[in-house]
Amino acid sequence: MDNIIQVRELTKFYGNNPAVDHISFDIKEGEIFGFLGPNGAGKTTTIRILAGLSQPSFGFALVNGHDVLKEPLKVKKTIGFVPETSNLYGELTSFKNLNYHAELYGVPKRERRTRSLNLLKEFNLIEHQEKPFQTLSRGFKRRLTIATALVHDPKILFLDEPTTGLDVMSARDLRKLIKNLKKKGVTIFLTTHYIPEAESLCDRIAVIVKGKIRVMDTPENIKAQVKDTEILEIALDQVTEEIKNQLSSVKGFEALVISDNQIRIHTKRIDQIILPVIEILKQGAQIKTINTVTPTLEDAFVKITGLDSDIMKINKPEKASV
Amino acid sequence: MKELSKAYFIAKKDLSAYYLKPPLISWGLMLPIAFALAFYFRHPSGIKEVVPGIIGLTLLFSCTSMAAIVITFEKRIGAMERLLLAPLNFRTILLGKTLGSTLFGLMVAVLISLILIPLMGLHIKHFWAFVSIYILSGLTFSLLGILISVGVKEVFEAMTMSNFFRFPMIFLCGVFFPVSEMPFPLPVLSYLLPLTYSVDGLKHSVLGDNATIPLYLDVFILVGFMFSLFSLSLFIFKKRIRQEL
Ligand SMILES: Nc1ncnc2c1ncn2[C@@H]1O[C@H](COP(=O)(O)OP(=O)(O)OP(=O)(O)O)[C@@H](O)[C@H]1O
Ligand SMILES: [Mg+2]
Repeated sequence: MDNIIQVRELTKFYGNNPAVDHISFDIKEGEIFGFLGPNGAGKTTTIRILAGLSQPSFGFALVNGHDVLKEPLKVKKTIGFVPETSNLYGELTSFKNLNYHAELYGVPKRERRTRSLNLLKEFNLIEHQEKPFQTLSRGFKRRLTIATALVHDPKILFLDEPTTGLDVMSARDLRKLIKNLKKKGVTIFLTTHYIPEAESLCDRIAVIVKGKIRVMDTPENIKAQVKDTEILEIALDQVTEEIKNQLSSVKGFEALVISDNQIRIHTKRIDQIILPVIEILKQGAQIKTINTVTPTLEDAFVKITGLDSDIMKINKPEKASV
Repeated sequence: MKELSKAYFIAKKDLSAYYLKPPLISWGLMLPIAFALAFYFRHPSGIKEVVPGIIGLTLLFSCTSMAAIVITFEKRIGAMERLLLAPLNFRTILLGKTLGSTLFGLMVAVLISLILIPLMGLHIKHFWAFVSIYILSGLTFSLLGILISVGVKEVFEAMTMSNFFRFPMIFLCGVFFPVSEMPFPLPVLSYLLPLTYSVDGLKHSVLGDNATIPLYLDVFILVGFMFSLFSLSLFIFKKRIRQEL
């Protein structure tokens, strides 16, 4: 398969701070590629540059064979972009929003209507076609925004945090829609800070933290990095400073994650560490439960980035969608 | 050609989304009618003389009313981003915005003309000159609004700025008092403002030959305003957007 997107050493400074710092990657035609990272990692900045909305400070990017800096209009013609907030025109109906975008993207007059209606059907919005965008529910707004990005039949679709702010059902529906788009041959580049979403949707994931790509691979391969590792999960009545200090001196841990009254220890030698750990815990706390867990992508993420996976759950304050 | 049709689509969308709302239209009609009445009660015999000027004022106010805020507003709500994402260049976007506001302004002014001209028993002497001045004035005033819109950051700044430009024009551009009878140095100011040429041209084409500036010069100067305002707006628009993104 060919690389439909090629990015080399891409860098974007805001003032003196790099939002994106010398990143390079390729995306293959037809795959779902995910940028996984916490708030402020540089996900939005990257896809805005690739969509020709924003200019890089350094490096270059080819999208569909066109340089984003030199031929932005050619790039824009073959991509669809769904921003983080659904920002269609509130006064226009669903149908008119679609039709207007078809006009702007140069869809021939005779095809505009059928394409708009087909998308409304595909996204289960046909009974809402006469409703102004601003009266739709959040999930429907999201769907219509995605439908609008597809009206000119783009080869690549960028989705910035497609399910953030949606309820569980709407998010699930949306993931189904995204998988269907892949079946139709659309290449998808999405960003998320929701690890299970990245795992269930993406063919490949790049973990991005502070503007740098930390790891890039298939979810399976990323998980394989923690294959021989096991996780010892212990619930306590309290976690004292004393316990924290003593635990960090035990040898044989790959990672130690403490949240509330729970301790998760990543290790390859559970047989060797279990006794010393229990000795330490017994002194300052009461042990409630002990479990061993098979590592998930989330645990691989913790190991690779050294970040607590909770950092990914810190959601932004909900932005008002217009 | 493609560019023009896309500009037209932008204009059409703006008209249906923002402009063709009853409050905006009635406000656009109210102001010139109020001016006409106020003048009529004070000086009934002179009303014929000021009708072309009132039409010029109508054009000024209705063309700038939304143009001055539409870009600032769309940036604010994130809708401008949709235009920047689409395969459009900056020129097409500005052209579309100008066209939308001009069409709206012309519609309001045509309504006013259809009321005032027959009501005052006037006949248009030079019809095609009238139409040309009309359209050129509409474009120029919309661009004046657009220039304000691309230059400011907040909607309220745009409103303040547009009033700062518009209100002096009411008195300086020959709508109620002929420029030629103003004391020095006011006429110098008058000749720097586009409404002067629009009012002069409209008077000339409606009333006959009692105007100060030759018609071709009015047309020529308005065309000059139009192109300079467009280039300046485009320059600022590009620069601003590149800074902000
Ligand atoms: N217009 C801007 N001006 C200044 N700094 C910016 C601007 N846009 C983004 N940044 C900074 O660049 C960094 C990366 O931001 P970006 O929006 O790309 O992160 P993100 O990964 O999309 O985060 P989130 O999950 O919150 O959407 C952040 O530190 C942010 O503060
Ligand atoms: Mg973001």
